[in-house]
Amino acid sequence: MAVKPIGSNGANAHITVKDLTMAFGSFVLMRDLNFAINRGDVFIIMGGSGSGKSTLLRHMIGLIEPAQGNVFYGDQNFTKAEPAQKQELLRRMGVLFQTGGLWSSMTLSENIGMLLEEYTGLNSNEIREAASLKLALVGLKGFEDYYPSQISGGMQKRAGLARAMALDPEVLFFDEPSAGLDPISSRLLDELILELRDSLGATVVVVTHELASIFTIGNNSVFLDPDAKTMTASGDPKELLAHCPDPKVRAFLRRGEKEKS
Amino acid sequence: MAENSQVSFTLAGDSTLNVQLCGVWQLRSGVPPATLVERELETGRARSVAFDAGKLGSWDSSVLIFLVQLSELCRQRQIPMDRAGLPAGVQKLLALAEAVPERKGARRELTEASVLERIGTTAIGVAGSLTEMLSFLGEMTISSVRLFGMKARYRASDLFLLIQQCGAQALPIVTLISFLVGVILAFVGAVQLKQFGAQIYVADLVGIAMMREMGAMMTGIIMAGRTGAAFAAQLGTMKVTQEVDALTTAGFSPLEFLVLPRVIALILMMPLLCLYSDFVGVLGGAAIGAGMLDLSWTTYFHETVNAITLTDIFGGVFKSSIYGVLIALSGCLRGLQCGNSSSAVGDAATSAVVTGIVAIVVACGSFAVVFYILGI
Repeated sequence: MAVKPIGSNGANAHITVKDLTMAFGSFVLMRDLNFAINRGDVFIIMGGSGSGKSTLLRHMIGLIEPAQGNVFYGDQNFTKAEPAQKQELLRRMGVLFQTGGLWSSMTLSENIGMLLEEYTGLNSNEIREAASLKLALVGLKGFEDYYPSQISGGMQKRAGLARAMALDPEVLFFDEPSAGLDPISSRLLDELILELRDSLGATVVVVTHELASIFTIGNNSVFLDPDAKTMTASGDPKELLAHCPDPKVRAFLRRGEKEKS
Repeated sequence: MAENSQVSFTLAGDSTLNVQLCGVWQLRSGVPPATLVERELETGRARSVAFDAGKLGSWDSSVLIFLVQLSELCRQRQIPMDRAGLPAGVQKLLALAEAVPERKGARRELTEASVLERIGTTAIGVAGSLTEMLSFLGEMTISSVRLFGMKARYRASDLFLLIQQCGAQALPIVTLISFLVGVILAFVGAVQLKQFGAQIYVADLVGIAMMREMGAMMTGIIMAGRTGAAFAAQLGTMKVTQEVDALTTAGFSPLEFLVLPRVIALILMMPLLCLYSDFVGVLGGAAIGAGMLDLSWTTYFHETVNAITLTDIFGGVFKSSIYGVLIALSGCLRGLQCGNSSSAVGDAATSAVVTGIVAIVVACGSFAVVFYILGI
C-alpha cells in the first residue's frame, strides 16, 4: 500500500496546531496557540529568548505532551495518535536539534545509517553509500568515519542536518539552526534549507530569532509573546514588519530600532 | 596610598542637599552606607538632591551601588535627584540600570515554608517519584517481553562493548576487593577460633560466607559504584545533549535502545564476576590460613570443598544476577530522569549509586528471609 502523504486530503494545511496550551505543572507558558502551516512553507517560530519557541517545537514533535490542545499532521491527530501511528508520522519528520543531537557513540556514517537500516530495505553497502551521499549534501564528504566529538560544532550541526534528512522527510524541524555558527556558515545553512525545501518539497519549521534568517527564508511565521503568554502575530514576516498592529512584533523585527514615520 | 571613598553633604540654600563624592571608590574597600544620607533626608529639610564629584578619583561599581540605593531612597520620599554633577560614565550606567523596569512577578519571594507545607511537598515529591519508578518498571517489562519475542531493537555492537566494560574491565577491582574481603573474614574467624584450637574451621567460615553472601554482595556494591554510576552519567549526558530526544524522534525507544543492553550486559556478567569473586575470596582466606594458622594449602581447600555445597554457590550466583538487574535499572532510571545541566548529571550518578546500593541491601535481606523459609 502506498503511503498516503500527510495532508493529501485536499486541504493544503500540512501541520495544524489547535488550542495548544503549554504548561509545566501549574505554570502556564503559553496558551491558545492556533496556527496552520501549509505544504512547502518555511515556517518561523519567533519570539524573544525564553518565550517558549523550542518548547513549542518539542510539543510539535511529540517530545512533550501538551497540557491542552492538539497537533494535526494533515487530518491525523498526532497528539492523540496510537503509538504505532505516532511512529509512522515521526518517521516522516526530520529534526535538527539545537546541539545537533548526534549519537556520540557512533560515527557520522553510522548515525545516518541507523535510520536507513531500520526503515529501508537497503543492504549494508547501499546504506554506506546513501550515508555518504547525505553527508556530501551538507559538505561533509570524507567525514564518514569521524565521531561527533572529533568535528567542530558547525560540522556537527551540518551532520545533524544530514541525519535529519536521511529518510527524505516531508517535514523538517530546525531548532535554532544558526546558534553557534559564524555568519557565513549561518547564511550557507539558510541557503541549504531553501534548496532542500525546493528539491525535496518538504515543509520546514524553524525556531530562530535571527532576523537575517527570518526574512531570507521565512514565508510564514508565528510570534510568541511571553508577557501575553500567547501568540500575538502570525503570517509572512515581511508583511508583519510592514503592517503588524502590535508594536512589540514590529520592534522585534526591526531589532528594536525606531520606526521612520 | 590613595584616599578611600568618602561621602559628605551640605545643605545649600535651605533646600538642596549637596552630596559630595570624594576619593577613590573601589569595591574591595567597601561601599559607604546610604543610611548616612538617609538620616539627613529624614529630617525633611532637603527638597532636592544634587551631586558634586569634583574630588572623585577613580571609581567602579561601588559608586553605582551607593547611587542606586540613594536614588531608591529619593524615589520613596519623592525628592528629585539632579544627576548633572556626576561623571558622564556614571550617569550613563545609572540610566542603563534603570532602563528596563523590573518584570512583574519575576522576583522570587524567599519565604520560609512551614513544617506542614514541607511535609506536604515532600509527600507529593515521593509519590511522584514512586509513580515514575513504577511506570519505568512497567515499560521495562514490556520491553523485556519484546526482547523475548525478538522484536526489541538495539545495536549488538553496543551490547558487546557494554559486556566488555562491565565484565572483563571490572576484574581488577573485583580481584582486589574480594581478596581483601576473604582476608578480613579469615582474620576475624582466626582470632576467635584459635582460642578453641579450631583454626581449620576458618576455611568453612570463609567458604560459606563468600559463596552465600559476600561474593554476590561485594560484586554488587562494586558494580553499583563503578557501573551503575557510569550508566547514569552516560544516559544523563545523552539527555543533556539531546541524544535521547533524537532517538525518540527517530522512532527508537530509549528504553530498548539504551536500557535493555545495559540490563542484559549486567545479567550476563554479574554471575561470572560473582563466581570469580567467590574463588578469589577463598584464595584470600587460604593465604591467611597458610600464612598465620599453619594450615597447608591442600588441607584448607579440602576443608572448603567439604564445607560448601552447590546450593550455596548457585544461591549466590542467582542473587548476583538479580543484583545486576537492580544496578542496571537504578543507573538507567536515574540517568533518564536527569535534568538539563551538568550538575544534574552529577546528581544522577550519585543518586544511581545510592539507589543501587539500597536496592541491593534490601534484596539481600529479602533473600535471607526467603532462603530461610525455603530451608536453602
